[in-house]
Order: sequence, then structure tokens, then C-alpha cells
Amino acid sequence: MTEMKSILETIRMIEKEKLDIRTVTMGISLLDCAHEDGERARERIYHKITSLAGDLVAVAEKIEEELGIPIINKRIAVTPISLVAGASKDEDYTAFARTLDEAAKAVGVNFIGGFSALVEKGISRSDRILMDSLPRALAETERVCASINVGTTKSGINMDAVKIMGQRILDVAEMTREEESIGCAKLVVFANSVGDNPFMAGAYHGIAEGDAVINVGVSGPGVIKAALERVRGEPMDVVARVIKETAFKITRAGQLVGEEVSRRLGIPFGIMDLSLAPTPEVGDSVARILEEIGLEVCGTHGTTAALALLNDAVKKGGIMASNHVGGLSGAFIPVSEDEGMIAAVQKGALTFDKLEAMTCVCSVGLDMIAIPGDTRAATIAAMIADEAAIGVINNKTTAVRIIPAQGKSTGDMVHFGGLLGYAPVMKVNDFSSEDFINRGGRIPAPVHSFKN
Amino acid sequence: MKAIVNVVGRDRLGIIAEVAAVLYRRRVNILDLSQTIMEDYFTMVMLVDLGQMEDSFKSLKGDLKACGETIGMSIRIQEESIFKAMHQVDFGGVIHD
Repeated sequence: MTEMKSILETIRMIEKEKLDIRTVTMGISLLDCAHEDGERARERIYHKITSLAGDLVAVAEKIEEELGIPIINKRIAVTPISLVAGASKDEDYTAFARTLDEAAKAVGVNFIGGFSALVEKGISRSDRILMDSLPRALAETERVCASINVGTTKSGINMDAVKIMGQRILDVAEMTREEESIGCAKLVVFANSVGDNPFMAGAYHGIAEGDAVINVGVSGPGVIKAALERVRGEPMDVVARVIKETAFKITRAGQLVGEEVSRRLGIPFGIMDLSLAPTPEVGDSVARILEEIGLEVCGTHGTTAALALLNDAVKKGGIMASNHVGGLSGAFIPVSEDEGMIAAVQKGALTFDKLEAMTCVCSVGLDMIAIPGDTRAATIAAMIADEAAIGVINNKTTAVRIIPAQGKSTGDMVHFGGLLGYAPVMKVNDFSSEDFINRGGRIPAPVHSFKN
Repeated sequence: MKAIVNVVGRDRLGIIAEVAAVLYRRRVNILDLSQTIMEDYFTMVMLVDLGQMEDSFKSLKGDLKACGETIGMSIRIQEESIFKAMHQVDFGGVIHD
């Protein structure tokens, strides 16, 4: 029999330390749904999603019961809609978002990602329509998530797209003003986005993917925190080893679930995403891991180094535990979705600028940060540019998901509910970035991208 | 398919008898059993074979839970594969024997 100690350890991880599978995400290609008649295209989209993902939730729930490990989210990612809707003559893509929302509700998934455009080099007519449709699309749907990629290491940063997105984020915030500007929680602006990310809001089904795929994201900040409590005062080498061992076990649970979902649905298993994803619940926080490593409060000096160690050790442990690694694979540091981050902001230990520094060593970026509702569009665009620069220069994915909470000022609280959590509105730099953003054009690709 | 049954609670008479009776009624074979007292709590782990099981995994799980409530213990059942995956390097992706 598998050792009793190991069995009890697994049970403890699940029961007490909140080990779970954060998401099983089915990627679905919609490229073959394109049609010159938008209505026909949407019929095809609805039909394809509901027929491929019809059993996703039931199968995942059955596996959850048999293995005794919670699978928190079942989700869908589709081909970036700008590529699918572009064949139509539509001038507004809100109807496409509504179709995605209806399909998500029909199959019972809580989010569907892929209301997206890839504009790192140029903006097509369809990309432009999609970006202009964002405010209505996100205000009029419940489960649709959107993402726009504005930069890559190979292409540089499209500053025209950055400028547009600064304004669109404000528009989305205004359109969803009555619900704490929650539309912005479903909109991510990326650099170096990936087509196999299972996590929302940034998931989409990349154009290099097959017809359908299963990607899995695990979680377990609470398990790593608990493991580190047992090695207090030990050197960093021990900290790294304990994180690696724990990440291995967590990832193997995810690998097993992914293989099983894939087998039962007859859809290939794509990748495991080795991200540590926190929730607003106590005992499920990345910030608390950093504090366990030795920081009084997350955000103080040393935080970036502790996060770098954590992120790297999670990957090293997870890589051997999975067949294919992909997605974002790194610790997430969303403020509103992490009880320890929220507390650190409230104590004044964690600032906007420190969060930006932390994004240099982890995925994904400035995530779920509430900022004052009167922040200027150019300032938001400049935040996107800074974050994209970090991603493009360091050859990694970065993103911005910020919420200019309408009617709120620094220090106010914004409540999103559920996994999206709550956040204190953070102070931003008040000096203007207007002239910088108004230049437009493209920031060229960095010299180290020319490897051919 | 094999599964692990885990029973935790204050020690009392007849725990094994009660749990074994539920398993017997469902035609579940006990392959191995290990028990200990941890921090005053009776802790038992059973490896069982579900090959001849009558009815579904879900109803067995329900029966064990009900049995646990009757005798004041917490009883769970999980497929063995999750434990193998997390603690054995050579799990090799094979889920069902």
C-alpha cells in the first residue's frame, strides 16, 4: 500500500491546506466558424462550443469526486475573436461576445476567454472593431473575458495599441460603473501572451493549437506556506528544496486530473500551467508565502528576491512532474485575489511601484489593482507601456489588469465578489505621461530578439 | 480500480467492523489496512479493490459518509491514483490498473 504517511499528507493538503486544481480549461478553435454573415458565424460558434464542451463540467465533477480533489473552475478558451469575426461585415463585435456568453452558460463554465486581438505589430480592421467593442461587450456579458496583446519580444511594442487600450480600460470602467467597474477585471492587456494559458482573464486558444485541447492550472499557495512553516530559520537552499518538492506533488495531482479529463473527453491534453494562483481566502495567499520566507510584511525590501526564489523553485519542481509545461507558469500576484496582498497594501507596505518591480521576476504583471477612477487614459496607457517593456526586454509574459474604480479615490475599498475578491484603491503617480503616449508608433524589438 | 478509505475520529469499539460491513455490503474487497493513534485520534487507512463493487462510486462514498456520521468518525474514499501520482516518481501517467 502507498505509505500511510504519504496518504495522510495528501489528505491534509486537500482538507487543511486548500490544495486544489484551480482550472481545467478547454481550448477550442473557432477558425472554421468564420463566415461573411456575422449571424451565421455566431451560429457556428455556438454550435461548436456547445458540442465540444457539452460534457466538460460533468466529466470534471465526476473526476473531482473520485479523486477527492476539488476542481474549482471549468473554463473555455477560444480563438481570438478578431481572427474569426474579421470575415464578417459586422462593424461591432458585441454580438459575438453575447454568443460566447450564451455558450458558456449553456455548458455551465464560469468564464470563457478569447474576446481577443493580437496587435503587437499592427492593428487590422477587425482588431480595431474588437478593441472598440470592448466596453459594450464586457458590460453586456457576464462570463466573457477579453485580452489584447500589444507587444512581443520579436515585434516590440505597438504604442498606438497601448494608447487605445489606456482609453478602452477607462471606457470599460465607466460602462460597468454600477458594479465597481468590474468589467476591467475581465480585460487583460498583454505583452508576449501565450496561446495555451488556462487562467482567466487572459486565456485564449492560440492559432498554433489544434481543434481542441485540455489545459490545466493547479494551485496550492497554502500547501507551500504550510511546508515552509516546518523549515523556519533554515537557509535559502532548504527553502528552495521544500518549495520544489511541494510543487512536484501539487503538479502531479494536476497532471493526473488533466490526463483523466483528456481521456474521458477524447480531447488531447495540452499543457500544465505551473502557476501558484492565490484566492482571497485566508490560507491561500502568495503574499503569506513571501512573509513565511522572512519578510515582516509583503512589499518590504527583500520581497522581489523572495518572489524570484519562489517562482523559480515552483517551476523546477513542476517541470519534472508534468509532460508539457506551458501557459504562464509563475506565481501570480493579483492584489484583490490575495488576502495577504490586500493586507500588505492596507498596511502601506506594498505600493504600486513595488508591485511593478515584483512583476520583473514572476508572472504575470500588474494584476487586479484598483486605482483612482479619475486616473487619466494616458497614465493607464503608460502603465501598460512600462509593463510591456518589462515583458519584451526580459522575454517573458507580462500583463496589466487594472481597475480604475469609477467614483473611488485612493484608500477606498472596491468589492468584486467571489474569486475576484476586494481591493483597496492604490495611489498612482500623478505626473503626466500624455506627451509620451501621444507619440504613438512602435517601440522597436530589443536587440537580443535577433537570434537568427 | 483501487481506492483508499481514510477513517479519522475518537477511538471507540467496532470502528473496523462498521466500516468493513459497509464495504462488504457493496462487495468491496479490503486488500490492506493500517491504523494508528495520532494526537489522540484513531486514524485508519484501508486499500480496497472496487473491481466487484455493486452500484456506483458515488453511492459507496455516500454510504461511507453516512456510516461515519453514525459512529462519529470522518470517513473519506478517494481513488488510489491521486496518492500514487503525488508520492511516487514512477507513476508514468497510468491511472487504471
